[in-house]
Amino acid sequence: MTSTTDTSTTEAKPGFVGGAANYLDERLSVSAVLKGFGRKVFPDHWSFMLGEVALYSFVILVLSGTFLTFFYQPSMAEVHYDGSYAPLKGAQMSIAYASSLDISFDIRGGLIMRQVHHWAALLFVAAAGLHMLRVFFTGAFRKPRELNWVVGFLLFLMGMGAGFTGYSLPDDLLSGNGLRIIDGMIKGIPVIGTAFSSGFFGGEFPGTEVVARLYSLHIMILPALIIVLIGVHLMMVIIHKHTHYSGPGRTDDNVVGYPLMPVYVAKAGGFFFLVFGVVAAIAATFTINPIWNYGPYDPSPVSAGTQPDWYIGWLDGALRLAPSGWDISIFDYVIPMGVMVPLIVSLLFLALVAAYPFIENWVTKDKREHHVLDRPRNAPTRTAIGAAGVTFYAVLWAGASTDLIATNFQMSLNQVLVAMQIMLLIGPGIAYFVTKRACIALQNKDREVVLHGRETGRVVRLPHGEYIEVHETVDKYELWKLIDYKDYQPVLARPDSNGKISLSNRLRSAVSKIYFEDRIAPVSKAEYELAHADHAPEAVEQKPSRKRKSIDA
Amino acid sequence: MSDIEKSYSPGLATDIEKPIANPGIEPHRIRMTDKSEKHARTAERQIAVMFGVSVVGAIIAIWGFFAFPIVDGDLSATRNNSLWMGLGMALSMFGIGFGAVHWAKTLMPDNEVSEMRHQARSSDETRAQALEIVKLADGESGFSRRKLIRRSMYGALVFFPIPAIIIFGDLGPVVGDTLKHTMWKAGTRLTKDPTGIPIKASDVTIGSVFHVIPEGLSEMEEHKLEEKAKAAVLLVRVNPSDLNEDPAKADWSYQGIVAYSKICTHVGCPVALYEQHTHHLLCPCHQSTFDLANHCEVVFGPASRSLPQLPIAVDAEGYLIAQSDFLEPVGPSFWDIRK
Amino acid sequence: MRRRPWAAGLVVFLGLVLSGGGYATATNIVQAEAGSPIQVEEGRKLFLANCASCHGTNGEGAIGGPSLIGVGAASVDFQVGTGRMPGQGSGPQLRAKPVQFTQEQISAMAAYVASLAPGPAIPDEEYLRGDGDATHGGELFRINCAMCHNAVGAGGALTEGKFAPALAGSTPKHTYEAMVTGPQNMPVFNDANLTPEDKKDIITYLKYIEDNDSVAGFELGSIGPVAEGLFTWIFGLGFIIAITVWLGAKSN
Repeated sequence: MTSTTDTSTTEAKPGFVGGAANYLDERLSVSAVLKGFGRKVFPDHWSFMLGEVALYSFVILVLSGTFLTFFYQPSMAEVHYDGSYAPLKGAQMSIAYASSLDISFDIRGGLIMRQVHHWAALLFVAAAGLHMLRVFFTGAFRKPRELNWVVGFLLFLMGMGAGFTGYSLPDDLLSGNGLRIIDGMIKGIPVIGTAFSSGFFGGEFPGTEVVARLYSLHIMILPALIIVLIGVHLMMVIIHKHTHYSGPGRTDDNVVGYPLMPVYVAKAGGFFFLVFGVVAAIAATFTINPIWNYGPYDPSPVSAGTQPDWYIGWLDGALRLAPSGWDISIFDYVIPMGVMVPLIVSLLFLALVAAYPFIENWVTKDKREHHVLDRPRNAPTRTAIGAAGVTFYAVLWAGASTDLIATNFQMSLNQVLVAMQIMLLIGPGIAYFVTKRACIALQNKDREVVLHGRETGRVVRLPHGEYIEVHETVDKYELWKLIDYKDYQPVLARPDSNGKISLSNRLRSAVSKIYFEDRIAPVSKAEYELAHADHAPEAVEQKPSRKRKSIDA
Repeated sequence: MSDIEKSYSPGLATDIEKPIANPGIEPHRIRMTDKSEKHARTAERQIAVMFGVSVVGAIIAIWGFFAFPIVDGDLSATRNNSLWMGLGMALSMFGIGFGAVHWAKTLMPDNEVSEMRHQARSSDETRAQALEIVKLADGESGFSRRKLIRRSMYGALVFFPIPAIIIFGDLGPVVGDTLKHTMWKAGTRLTKDPTGIPIKASDVTIGSVFHVIPEGLSEMEEHKLEEKAKAAVLLVRVNPSDLNEDPAKADWSYQGIVAYSKICTHVGCPVALYEQHTHHLLCPCHQSTFDLANHCEVVFGPASRSLPQLPIAVDAEGYLIAQSDFLEPVGPSFWDIRK
Repeated sequence: MRRRPWAAGLVVFLGLVLSGGGYATATNIVQAEAGSPIQVEEGRKLFLANCASCHGTNGEGAIGGPSLIGVGAASVDFQVGTGRMPGQGSGPQLRAKPVQFTQEQISAMAAYVASLAPGPAIPDEEYLRGDGDATHGGELFRINCAMCHNAVGAGGALTEGKFAPALAGSTPKHTYEAMVTGPQNMPVFNDANLTPEDKKDIITYLKYIEDNDSVAGFELGSIGPVAEGLFTWIFGLGFIIAITVWLGAKSN
């Protein structure tokens, strides 16, 4: 038997797998793909898996959501309920609500899938948010990954949108009041508000259109956008390769970790099942969004504790903390600031989040690629800004549960609200200051360890009678982790060729001062050698200087 | 400093000589499963057991589906169905997940490897070639040269999406002044929500609160919810001496009975929480508080406008009726609310 | 069937009967079954010993407490029967606490207060059995009660530290009495507003949700999305992060 191709000669008897591989390769060049990706290296750290949690939650959402679409009917036509839930039998309600109740009570597997879907949705946005925080605090957004930060940010927004549109689909009292709030906000937008509201609801609120429209957003437009953005997001991860934490052997030129095949396929693949398992276990045992408790939507009733899902909470909190009586009248027109202030403040906050990589780069002017992550303490100002942002968000978020805080801790609702307003104004400042000082203290501690080793708590008496504490030097691997970070210096505003200092230069100089003025520089070779020259007490007692003196090593 | 860094400006970053050279990846730590075949075999068995557990989980889920058919009126069947399918699925997933990860951790190699990165920037040569292609295409098409074509194409590209926006024009009707009117009019009886039973003045005792809809609303076939969303009213009787009424609106109430719109002027939630002794109305959504004794002015929270009052009177049979529609728009403020 | 035709008839009948009454005298007055003179006297003694310092020796009210003339037996039975009275301490509102009297003593005081002037009576057992129309009760509950007490009676906040208590554990009798008398800042729901049948339906609804555990698993306090969000962050993500740490840790 003579063969004309290489592939058939490599194995005498290819078997089914070999045959299939050959079939595919001859048509799709799968070998080239495997060769390219099969041994790609991924660094291993628990915090690198948060994005994966979001991705897997999304897969779970698509799977469970597809099941739900087979039974859910997005119609606002009225029917009389005739399902299994006794306290609603005979009640008038929309078909959307009735079909959601049927999924919950009268379709086998419906309740578990509804709960899996909703828990996975909460987890999706939570994991995406935590992933964003990890990326922020480790500086993973720096060049060349700024654009991927923006894509991730858009994914987070889409997640919020997909979540809110889904929350509204059952057309129950809780979500109906949520839509009513959205309607009130839209109407408050100057000039176009009322027309926009009419377009959204197909006339006056609540109308008979909005559920069907939200449904097409929820099951087609938003998921499609999310899938596209996830594709772009992951493609960029492949182009850039994953970042890694500073550590021995890790540089900006390499990536250290485990190969995709087999280790990562097993770990990441197994992890999908673990995330699904956690969601399924929670969904089996804990109630989520018991729509049958809320009743069908009706514009007149409302339930105490009317809140959105957690990821919309901060916007609801902004509405609660909004000022009263700031409405602006221009001629006979009204701008309701009880709506506009929260709207503008939250949009500004989002804009800052999206723009942060570009702002920081404008300050540092650092054009290099960064693949080794910062430990948060080694970028004190960024970490402090992040803490301030987290505090701002957290106060708004907590603001959405003022009533629950008041009842559970037996406080006055009014006082809780006023306290939240004050916290919103001063909390971020306090968080900034405390975080920055904490980071600098940790950096000083690191310097101490590098220069003098770790304190052992063991005190010995020297022959001449002096007592000293024995310090244990760290090994070179540990040491490298402590010294491998970038140091930046504030820039002075210098006159240009015309002898003038441009406004942007002044601003940049001022901001760079805020960023880097009280930084702690990594231990230099000269300092290290001085400290290790002998173990004289002077060297041990030497304090690291706040401002790095010029070192001519 | 690494190779990738060298080609770019470091900006404000300063170069500090490191005390030691990068020591390289830490030496690999040998695992028990690397050392002893016995441990490896134990791990192998553990993994197999986990995969086995997964099969058991799947079977539990299938059993849960068939063992608990829906019985109308018996929700415990639904509960069991959901619980056992969920737990079975969870067990099935955990089996595979823990098995696969355990396999990776114990039996697959765990020595870290390093792979080189390449900077994102293409090589100068590649960039030059790319530029060459762009120039060639430009030349061949005459894109830069033929201004007329280029500009008319821009024009076409600007105009072609406009129909795609215009086509959504019928998403909703043009807003007339519907937002400023409700179905209340002179003589409409105040009726109980949801039954539509009319209310007599004598029914409304001091301290009572009635949730009110206009007469005829409960029988409406179309636009019932839209009308209800504007017309819902809260009816309360307070001691007339507690009521601080605007003299111009003194005849809007009846012997201490007042009717106010239930729709919050902030973003439209039903302001339904009435406190009998403080006469405060609280919105449960954003905590706007209105003082009912003081023409429902805002005393706390983000709302800015007072709740609109519905002027009421009593008809010949003693039933409460509206004197007219609200004299100002109800609900959240909007741009041309005063027009 | 949502409403019985005779329920509507009853409403009309009540309306006709009561429309003649003046507005200030409550329409929900049902003359209490007069307690026996011995019971009233027993109640008067208890009243003088325990209540008169705030409510006046004849229940006419004093600095510490409002007049009890016309509040009826239902009010006494609710306030004392839930431990809210005798009141204790200061605060935005009186809380339920351990009951300090036997039901016999409470009934005696209720009979005494009812003897001062007509007022809402202790409800008939027939309205408390919870065998009414839960669907209608649920609808009425959402319209009249849920804004303060939450859609399933988990409670909620009012202004300045006041709150609407959770309804779980409240007996049907006390629930009924609270509706009729409007304790503290709760408004009154007289029989013209919610007929006794309506109240029976509401009690039926509350009984249903109290007797039936959530079909979907543990309820996290039934306080809505805030609890669900916290659960996701603390337990959902917490558990998953524990897994990621295990996943990244080297095996020995």
